[in-house]
Amino acid sequence: MALSKLDNLYRQVILDHSQHPHHHGHLDTVDHEIELRNPTCGDALQLEIALEDNRISQIAFSGEGCTISQASASMMTDAVLHKTPAEAEVMIERFSDMVIGDRDEDWTILEDAAILQGVQQFPARIKCATLAWKALHKALNSDTNTATTGQIVNHAETEGTD
Amino acid sequence: MGKSLNTSRQDFPILEQLVNDEPLVYLDNAATTQKPQVVIDQLVNYYQHDNANVHRGVHTLAERATAQYEAARVKVQQFINAASSAEIVFTKGTTQSLNWIAGSFGPTVVQAGDEIVISYMEHHSNLVPWQQLAKKTGAKLRYIDLLTDGQLDLDAAKQVIGPRTKIVSLAHASNVLGVVNPVKTIAALVHAQGGYMVVDGAQAVPHMPVDVQALDADFYAFSGHKMLGPTGIGILYGKQALLEQLPPVEYGGEMIDFVGLQESTFKELPWRLEGGTPNIAGAIGLGAAIDYLNQIGMTNIQAHEQALVAEALPALQAVEGLTIYGPQEASQRTGVIAFNLDNLHPHDLATALDMEGVAVRAGHHCAQPLMQWLNVAATARASFYLYNTSEDVQALVAAIQAAKEFFQNGTL
Repeated sequence: MALSKLDNLYRQVILDHSQHPHHHGHLDTVDHEIELRNPTCGDALQLEIALEDNRISQIAFSGEGCTISQASASMMTDAVLHKTPAEAEVMIERFSDMVIGDRDEDWTILEDAAILQGVQQFPARIKCATLAWKALHKALNSDTNTATTGQIVNHAETEGTD
Repeated sequence: MGKSLNTSRQDFPILEQLVNDEPLVYLDNAATTQKPQVVIDQLVNYYQHDNANVHRGVHTLAERATAQYEAARVKVQQFINAASSAEIVFTKGTTQSLNWIAGSFGPTVVQAGDEIVISYMEHHSNLVPWQQLAKKTGAKLRYIDLLTDGQLDLDAAKQVIGPRTKIVSLAHASNVLGVVNPVKTIAALVHAQGGYMVVDGAQAVPHMPVDVQALDADFYAFSGHKMLGPTGIGILYGKQALLEQLPPVEYGGEMIDFVGLQESTFKELPWRLEGGTPNIAGAIGLGAAIDYLNQIGMTNIQAHEQALVAEALPALQAVEGLTIYGPQEASQRTGVIAFNLDNLHPHDLATALDMEGVAVRAGHHCAQPLMQWLNVAATARASFYLYNTSEDVQALVAAIQAAKEFFQNGTL
């Protein structure tokens, strides 16, 4: 039965995150804000970040997307909350390595998001899984004064082409 | 002749493969079609035996290449019933053809205060170039609304097309909704106002008999790769007098007649518009594709797709939770069916279908304003062609049912 392979992609924890996403919505105070689009499918993801003492103190996402992109965003927000931007950057890189199947190692640093390594077997869906992480990377690098509370950096970008 | 739809499938070697351990069911023909062995052979044969540049050499290979390239042009002319082969310009594809009309012809007829009319169902290739022309000239871009089932609203068209309308540009057939637009009627409306009718025929020419003179289209654009031909070759048809008005987009190479130090003269149509070395193999391959289509007959192809849709539509309508966009009657549709299943994102659905060997498109289909009109972010889309069968329709429906079951059990 061909669909059994789908279990690798749609594990229960992924479906749970997709249906009940964590940190979904908007923040009152935003230090970094970005909208990233995946033009191949029309998905859009808005990410808002607040920083305190050089740590991600609050994070929220909104927008629409497939099960994988929504679950990945939910898992990402869980994983990077209370991390420093530098720690988050390391996680972004590890996540990228994981989904493209570059190396096989311990992904526990990624917490729940480690379960998305099944995406390796579905190359067409790598963009879905990485959208939130790329948004985080772009948001954190959108302004050098990362600790300035209340400063909003707002720009939309596009990831990939059709 | 003697080519039959019943045996056509075996002419497409790519279809005889397993994908994810399942027999391939290729239903992404609106994106691009597969190529029959005769087209593949023609490309190989050209490069193996006849490769040379066209309209330059006096040697034998150059003569052969030129003869085949120009023979392909005549095949295209006859295929769409253009009045002359001078009206057939080879381009990269529909997108380039439409960009040339909007970018080069457009500014010669459109001024500030004029209006350009399109519809909500247009592909980005027949939308963004007109947006750019409107911006550049100060003209207004206006949209013809659609009826609730996705068909063009003719009453709205009569309201929108007026004395200020210089260009109306419409898809002959939608790449999402499966509707065929009444080009002839719209052409009469815009001609009565002194404007020009441009047609995006990318989803029509491969699937039905098209007669550009009967439609009274001023320009008509389509692509080779959506009609069994190679990628990178397309057609810009234009009435000769209008093509004469079209300034060349590129200068140099084949389009040159005489070059002096300060002034140059250019060749006559259609070569005047084909700067540089053209896609010779692509044109020759397209010629072979047209031969293949002619052997089966466009009326037969249209009837075959109609039969597939007549089988698919009620079967899909019977799937609980499946929304089908566009007209719900098979008789009002082409072989393109866009749909969504419950709250499942079309990407998730398409991945599940792929696991069953069924290739469909998922996304906005380069028609984002239409997605907004439909109030969805994206849809899945199955699109048929001459080699698809009743078994393919059944495989699609079964795969959708399996996907529905999988995601329901997975608590979605």
